[in-house]
Amino acid sequence: MAKDRAIVEDIDRSLYDFRYEEKEGEFYKIKEGLTEDIVLEISEKKNDPEWMRDFRLKSLEIYHKAEMPNWGPDISGLNVDNIVTYVKPNTEMSQTWEEVPEDIKNTFEKLGIPEAERKSLAGVGAQYDSELVYHNLQEEVARQGVIYTDIESALHGPYGKMIEEHFMKLVPPTDHKFAALHGAVWSGGSFVYVPKGVNVEIPLQSYFRLNAKGAGQFEHTLIIVDEGAQLHFIEGCSAPKYNVANLHAGCVELFVGKNAKLRYSTIENWSKNMYNLNTKRAKVEENGIMEWVSGSFGSHVSYLYPMTILKGDNARSQFTGVTFAGKGQNLDTGAKMVHIGKDTSSFINTRSISKGGGISTYRSAVVIQNQAKNAKSAVSCQSLMLDDESRSDTVPAIDVRTNKADVGHEAKIGRISDDAVFYLMSRGISEEEAKSLIVSGFADSVSKELPLEYAVEMNNLIRLEMVGAIG
Amino acid sequence: MADLLDVKNLSVSVEEKAILDAINLTINKGETHVLMGPNGAGKSTLGNAIMGNPRYTITGGNLFFNGENITAEPVDKRAKRGIFLSFQNPLEVPGVSLGNFIRSAMEERFGKRIRLWDFRKELKASMDILGMDHSYAERDLNVGFSGGEKKKAEILQLLMLKPELAILDETDSGLDVDAVRTVSEGIKAYQKNMDGALLIITHSTRILEALNVDKTHVIINGRIKATGDGSLVNKINDEGFESFLEG
Repeated sequence: MAKDRAIVEDIDRSLYDFRYEEKEGEFYKIKEGLTEDIVLEISEKKNDPEWMRDFRLKSLEIYHKAEMPNWGPDISGLNVDNIVTYVKPNTEMSQTWEEVPEDIKNTFEKLGIPEAERKSLAGVGAQYDSELVYHNLQEEVARQGVIYTDIESALHGPYGKMIEEHFMKLVPPTDHKFAALHGAVWSGGSFVYVPKGVNVEIPLQSYFRLNAKGAGQFEHTLIIVDEGAQLHFIEGCSAPKYNVANLHAGCVELFVGKNAKLRYSTIENWSKNMYNLNTKRAKVEENGIMEWVSGSFGSHVSYLYPMTILKGDNARSQFTGVTFAGKGQNLDTGAKMVHIGKDTSSFINTRSISKGGGISTYRSAVVIQNQAKNAKSAVSCQSLMLDDESRSDTVPAIDVRTNKADVGHEAKIGRISDDAVFYLMSRGISEEEAKSLIVSGFADSVSKELPLEYAVEMNNLIRLEMVGAIG
Repeated sequence: MADLLDVKNLSVSVEEKAILDAINLTINKGETHVLMGPNGAGKSTLGNAIMGNPRYTITGGNLFFNGENITAEPVDKRAKRGIFLSFQNPLEVPGVSLGNFIRSAMEERFGKRIRLWDFRKELKASMDILGMDHSYAERDLNVGFSGGEKKKAEILQLLMLKPELAILDETDSGLDVDAVRTVSEGIKAYQKNMDGALLIITHSTRILEALNVDKTHVIINGRIKATGDGSLVNKINDEGFESFLEG
């Protein structure tokens, strides 16, 4: 029963080639690439404060000078000369439901996403309950003195100064070309500030916020958890997010204060035409704890390596991630841990799955600096390939600059075992179900870290991805 | 009496190598058959072929279960019909708990939802027969189980799935005396309470001591060389397979 899912192999250029719709003057702008005028236009639309406008322009300069990455999966399919077509304001809202690819519509249906929500996720722009949920969430946490809003509004409020002090300080525009691009054209995203000693008991979910605002291509997430405070932030959603403009270059910056704890869970499931070049980084002060839980599905190409800087003594971080690369996908994911403080510890635990010719690469770096005495780090990465045409690679880097550190690394790459499938089938379970069970079981140590409804959705996703794996 | 399993002129090869040659075997409802033979004779191959392991290619003959030809049927369909194979080396499946797995399998086997309360009660009762700690239900399927625990978990599945025919492939191998006794208790419960038919593959006789055996087959070099009643087991016990080897 070969029922392969439709994949978007080539991007239909007509979807974002605006020459036929736009006036002549703009046509020339497009040919020139990303210009100051366009960035200023974005800045003006957003009503940026002056410093932000200057920041955008500076980032643009860096963007023009920076080179494309010369490692990792091929992104030559990205139309960098005409990068403006990806960043033009409002392009993502200009489409209709009819243009949304069939496989995405099917996935919405199978995941049981309501009609109105589907349209919003597909970028068509629809109003629905999210607005209300988001509003209620905001009110509830506000009582504890927590700020949870979009960055644009926060820039003009009492926290404008705080944003200025933190915005792109962890991921400076000089970091890489797409960080610079982000700095120039960022739009939308979340700002969270948890004051000293406050424990936010309900997880904050950006899903509702993003849906309510229809954002999500160059969004910026800035979270500051002050001393002794605690927060669980959940970003994304398991349904595929579809954008006509198929470049995602978001940025996430997380500041974890002394004795504070932040758990950041995310499922990224972009539509399969997407180039996902996302940058996420956290800085942890003394005794602070940073926990990442990350699921990467979807997208055509992903570069994603959340990084934690363990700055304070005894700071800790754990990264738990799962990546599923299907047909036509090349997902390069992993994590980076930088140990600076004494007695810092980190643990990276990942599972990657590839099928149908998909490529999944685990890439990580553990850096232990000279002053990080008694640092501990452990890495466990496991890969499962579901067939002979799929591929799995492991690229771990370890850089230890002190002789007082304890570093461990364990990697396993394997295929799904025919004997295990036979074993499960001999108990009456169908072949498809048996393989789903094995794959879900393989990802179990990650999915059990997710909030329950996400774990259920992730298993559904795996099941969906497995349809067509048999044949 | 109606035939439960009919093996007709079955020839089987593994990776192009012929293992079984025109095997004939009939098992009636509720009967216990023993399949004995030296290492490499093809005992496990027959068990796997009846279950439908795709690694084993049927090159001739047919398999009938309750009168229906199942020769080309996939493994899961056979299981739903009521064929069960207890594995010699049960596989480890991380992330899937023994309890949840058995419940899913029961839902497939019986084609209906199994209520959690009823399931738990029955599972505990069956675990008690096998002297299994109830906490095993929460553990990942066979992961980190000792050899004996794996075999007990197989018999637990047998008791819960209530097949019409259970093939036990070297269930006694690698078990100490106590474990063999416990596993035998489970098999006896299946035999008595469910009137289940058995095909017991073994090359020792310890596991048979507590069971009533209806028929014994001796397989040598892929052919059934002798068939007799339960007393044939004793003969083999005393004399080994030597007398079957010539001719």
